[in-house]
Amino acid sequence: MRKLNFFVGLVLAAGLAGAATAQDTVKAGFIYVGPIGDGGWTYEHDQGRLAVEEAFGDKVETIYQESVPEGADAERALTQMALSGADIIFTTSFGYMDPTINVAAKFPNVVFEHATGYKRAANVSTYSARFYEGRAIQGLIAGHMTKTNKIGYIASFPIPEVIRGINAAYIHAKKVNPDVEFSIIWAYTWFDPAKEADAATALIEQGADVILQHTDSTAPQAAAEKAGGVITFGQASDMGEYAPLPRVSSIIDNWAPYYIDRVQAVMDGTWESKDTWDGIAPGMVKIGEITDAVPAEVKADALALRDAIAAGDYHPFTGPLNKQDGSAWLAEGETADDGTLAGMNFYVEGLTAQIPN
Amino acid sequence: MDFSAINPTVLIASLMVASTPILLAALGELIVEKAGVLNLGVEGMMITGAVCGFAVAVESGSPWLGFLAAMAGGAVLALLFGVLTQLLLSNQVATGLALTLFGLGLSALIGQGYIGIKPPPVGDVNFGPLADIPVLGRILFRHDIIVYFSLAMVAGTWWWLKSTRAGLILRAVGESHEAAHALGYNVIGIRLAAIAFGGAMAGLGGAYLSLIRVPQWTEGMTAGAGWIALAIVVFASWRAGRVLLGAYLFGGVTVLQLNLQAAGLAVPVEYLSMSPYLITILVLVIMSSDRRKALGAPASLGRVFHASS
Repeated sequence: MRKLNFFVGLVLAAGLAGAATAQDTVKAGFIYVGPIGDGGWTYEHDQGRLAVEEAFGDKVETIYQESVPEGADAERALTQMALSGADIIFTTSFGYMDPTINVAAKFPNVVFEHATGYKRAANVSTYSARFYEGRAIQGLIAGHMTKTNKIGYIASFPIPEVIRGINAAYIHAKKVNPDVEFSIIWAYTWFDPAKEADAATALIEQGADVILQHTDSTAPQAAAEKAGGVITFGQASDMGEYAPLPRVSSIIDNWAPYYIDRVQAVMDGTWESKDTWDGIAPGMVKIGEITDAVPAEVKADALALRDAIAAGDYHPFTGPLNKQDGSAWLAEGETADDGTLAGMNFYVEGLTAQIPN
Repeated sequence: MDFSAINPTVLIASLMVASTPILLAALGELIVEKAGVLNLGVEGMMITGAVCGFAVAVESGSPWLGFLAAMAGGAVLALLFGVLTQLLLSNQVATGLALTLFGLGLSALIGQGYIGIKPPPVGDVNFGPLADIPVLGRILFRHDIIVYFSLAMVAGTWWWLKSTRAGLILRAVGESHEAAHALGYNVIGIRLAAIAFGGAMAGLGGAYLSLIRVPQWTEGMTAGAGWIALAIVVFASWRAGRVLLGAYLFGGVTVLQLNLQAAGLAVPVEYLSMSPYLITILVLVIMSSDRRKALGAPASLGRVFHASS
């Protein structure tokens, strides 16, 4: 133990010596919640890491650890990464929020970037993408395409990001199809292909013919393809191998520009803690190709919606909107502020399910 | 809330599919542990089987070759564990854990080129008019061959352990390897055979995931199923019939809770989500509790055997 403390001290001292100055080479670490080969969320973060390597060549070294459980074990992985000399560490899942803050307090000279969280510190930034903008477009397509008027939604954990997605999709599905109903399954996992497939199968067996997913693997796509007559959307990654059916479009997370920007800031000594939340306009959220399985006029509507969001002419949460209990939330023409969206813990009016605590 | 949307017949049919990977792996581990060996590498062997089966099925176009390759892959990995623990006398717990890590890494490596590819389909067994019997037809006569194989293996394992001479010898090795050795049985050889069998069954369970249940290859796709299989063997008191019960309970409650959620049941989802674990453990523990004797673990489980000792 004493040896370890000594070692920590040594690293801290070395860190202090190099703090706040521009650096020639930067070591960037990445903590992933699933395997790189998940074909979804983690895959796209790793694409961002590869883009960093390509952009900086010899001047950057990247390290990563896959399938790090959210919770106590994440602290161990983070500490290890900080001790191994990383200058900047990206923690790429919501559940790493507290571990990131805790470890960051012990390593004041390492900077941390936490994805999708809301806790910051002097050396902890947060970043996320406005996935709900993409969800609005999925909702529009889903509302048009469903024949049974039943849309299945595989959710992961009841956190604001996921709830925002459900609300955004529902609002826009309802707009084009007033009879639409949402069935929501909480999988309580980001990544478990067998469970995700079972969830998709359960929804399909109960009559859903559109499956939206907020879990990371492509298993629901495979399940939908097996069932036939069901459409899906790629989540986090294009999942283009399931196009043109069942996958008819997708939300693609594009982290590369942000990662390059932040590593550059560390290199220049200009890094500071901030909160980034970008959407379709700056390119952090992309809409994957809408396939020919979608009728041309629906596709045109979807693209128009995308362009209106990108141009800033339209906000997916625009009033009049009520909360699920019927109380007023947004007045006619009013748009939701980022604070409410970031902490969203309620469904909008019309959804029948309850949010787990 | 609309429970009419849940069709009990379809539900039972789904739970059989959902339970099969765990059932196969647990049956294999049952034989391994009955021989006195604790192999914690079930997860690693499952995932290796999943990727071997997938790769061979895709390359050859035949799912059957895929299942064979999965069994071979699982068995080879298991024999690695066997050589280390039985011949080189390494620690079984540590080696088993290492096997899981190794299997996860190896499968990710082998699976590199197979992400997003569709495997050749596996059809259901054709029972002709039997499949059209209301209710029963859907539950009993519309599955793929592996489901029937797994059920046959439950009966086979039970009968083999209970009624055959070979089964008796295997149990003797697991209860007291010194006594078995003194009687002239080849303890190491029997254990290696049991380990290989366990690996083949775990591999087959893994391939069932990647070729039928999901069906696709994704890194880490077993996501803990191997650990569930291990737990079920213990909670089932090392009995084949209870392994079946445990696996079907776990798979059944998993599928049921997903269906209840989809139907909008007003029970907090957290409870539904933990229910498969709770109910499986509770039922199996209660079933074991009326026995005065200990849980029935093989007496030599996990102990090192060397002919000189």
